[in-house]
Amino acid sequence: MTLKKVAEKLGLNVMTAQDMLETEVTSGYTSDLLSDVMANTKQGNLWITLQIHQNIVAVAKLKELSGIIIVNNRKPEGDTMKKAEEEKIPLLTTADSAFVISGKLYRIIGPQE
Amino acid sequence: MKTMKADLHIHTCLSPCGDLGMSPRGIAEKAKIEEIDILGICDHNSSENIPALIKAAQKYEIVVLPGMEVTSQEEVHILALFDEPDSAYKLQEIIYAHLPGENDEDTFGMQVVVNAEGEVLSFNNRLLIGASTLPVEEVVKTIHALKGLAIASHIDREGFSLIGQLGFIPEGLDLDALEISPAISYEEAMLRFSPPYPLTCASDAHFVEDIGKGYTSFYIKEGTTEEIKKALMNADGRKIIH
Repeated sequence: MTLKKVAEKLGLNVMTAQDMLETEVTSGYTSDLLSDVMANTKQGNLWITLQIHQNIVAVAKLKELSGIIIVNNRKPEGDTMKKAEEEKIPLLTTADSAFVISGKLYRIIGPQE
Repeated sequence: MKTMKADLHIHTCLSPCGDLGMSPRGIAEKAKIEEIDILGICDHNSSENIPALIKAAQKYEIVVLPGMEVTSQEEVHILALFDEPDSAYKLQEIIYAHLPGENDEDTFGMQVVVNAEGEVLSFNNRLLIGASTLPVEEVVKTIHALKGLAIASHIDREGFSLIGQLGFIPEGLDLDALEISPAISYEEAMLRFSPPYPLTCASDAHFVEDIGKGYTSFYIKEGTTEEIKKALMNADGRKIIH
């Protein structure tokens, strides 16, 4: 499923990189530890986190993730938004908690790799 | 005894997020302008630019405390400060043995090891921006075993701070101080955190222009970790001047 479709179905707010939404979401990964995300995500994974500092963009770029969902209505910091726009990493926000949005994502794409 | 102005937390061009303008000479010159007497050099998980900064700062009679900003397993930043470079190198040996990954320059930035003149000696290719596999308690214990000061970095910031990552200050974590960033005043920090340890302020400069934006004034005899420790404990007439 494309990121665009996922964003529509889950009602996510697309904050950056509007032109990168055709990327295929391969699976999801929920974690707030950057080292864990670096070690365990695969290309195209959609990352769910509450972290908002700019290092999340670097990690998403390095691991070629399809995007980052920021939970609990948290707003990415200004530097994070700027960097995400530059690096073409979609940042998406939701009012849902990590648990709830992970469940919703799992329901529509399953554990697919 | 005298008042010494200390910025105990600055980076150099060795940190991937540190500006390449953070050369030893550039740092020393700016520190002089800011009338800083003591600098703590704390690159992420590495100590390789210590000799260069010590040498560059000599001319201005600035004391450089060799140190490191260690990233714990929980992605909490802890500053280590020593008197002797050898102690920092010993810590570096332990951290390197527990630091997985390789740097990606395009993503995280260059990690440049330089001499006092700013000439490139080598590029460090470890993942210095990454986290070590040591729990925060272990990091503090290791620093103390090497007779260094252990200070929790920028506790008022959300990213990579003790309070940001864990939500609280773990009991029994034997810190020497808690650092606040220049973004918050001493009074605000006292109210917000009711800190169980003394507070210091430092710039955490990654760019030359930020050096000295945060600092702590110590009333001490000389710029050593022992004297600073006494000031933190308000002992023997030493103190922090707020």
